[in-house]
Amino acid sequence: MNLQLAAFYVSAAILLFAALRVITARNPVHAALWLVLAFFTAAALWLLIYAEFLAVTLVLVYVGAVMVLFLFVVMMLDINFEKLREGFWRHLPLAGGIGLLMAVEMVLVVGSRQFGAGSAPSGPQPPAGYSNTKELGRLIYTDYVFPFELAAVILLVAIVAAIALTLRSRKQTRYQDPAEQLAATKAGRLRIVKVAAERPAPAAAKGEGE
Amino acid sequence: MIPLNHYLVLGALLFAISVAGIFLNRKNLIVILMAIELMLLSVNMNFIAFSHYLGDPGGQVFVFFILTVAAAESAIGLAILVTLFRNLKSIDVEDLGSLKG
Repeated sequence: MNLQLAAFYVSAAILLFAALRVITARNPVHAALWLVLAFFTAAALWLLIYAEFLAVTLVLVYVGAVMVLFLFVVMMLDINFEKLREGFWRHLPLAGGIGLLMAVEMVLVVGSRQFGAGSAPSGPQPPAGYSNTKELGRLIYTDYVFPFELAAVILLVAIVAAIALTLRSRKQTRYQDPAEQLAATKAGRLRIVKVAAERPAPAAAKGEGE
Repeated sequence: MIPLNHYLVLGALLFAISVAGIFLNRKNLIVILMAIELMLLSVNMNFIAFSHYLGDPGGQVFVFFILTVAAAESAIGLAILVTLFRNLKSIDVEDLGSLKG
């Protein structure tokens, strides 16, 4: 068994175990951390078949951004997770059965040699000096430039939607309104009260000194 | 060298695990979103394997777009989840029946 195949088996085992822990973890924080491990291992598996750019992108985008977002949300919300776990064991036979059935079906199709999927024993080794990133960049900016711009628009829509959904203006925040400041007049701010210059002499001097 | 069907079987197993995860965590919206991310990962695994074994980098460009859309999807999904929690004080899927006639 060569080193590449051994690395594949080890990474695949870690990936499947992490995926199983994601769906069975009692605490969603632990599930998110197991998902981080799954993404890392998937990036290693992608490196094994020379998809360097996407492996690095997976770590940067998923582990660095999406999973941190997940962790933020899980830790921010105060949720009774035990209550959400009701029915886990009740659903286990159905879920396990369906998952096992799907796995057996798909493995029979893609794993067996009868359907020709396994007929490609090894992919082409990239030549020396080949840059996966350069090749992807060339493709994205020539053949796929319109989908690339559409992806940018989708990201913009996601930003706008996420902010619009979660933004709420608080009532007690203090802020300046320049229009109101400029519209202020003397009459609105200053009130002149007429006060008598002298107090009327108090009539209560009679008991003094006696 | 690693045969192609190794990667296809791995993607299939990962997909089956995440489908089982959606069934298992029927109430917890956060874990359902995580299972969807796992499904997208297994699909990307197939794309990259085929892209390598056919010698066509177009599959990797496709994975790039899937990553973009998945990031947007999870951002909006989590925003909806936060709004939901503010209004209902719960993220139980069973409580989301207010559109029922």
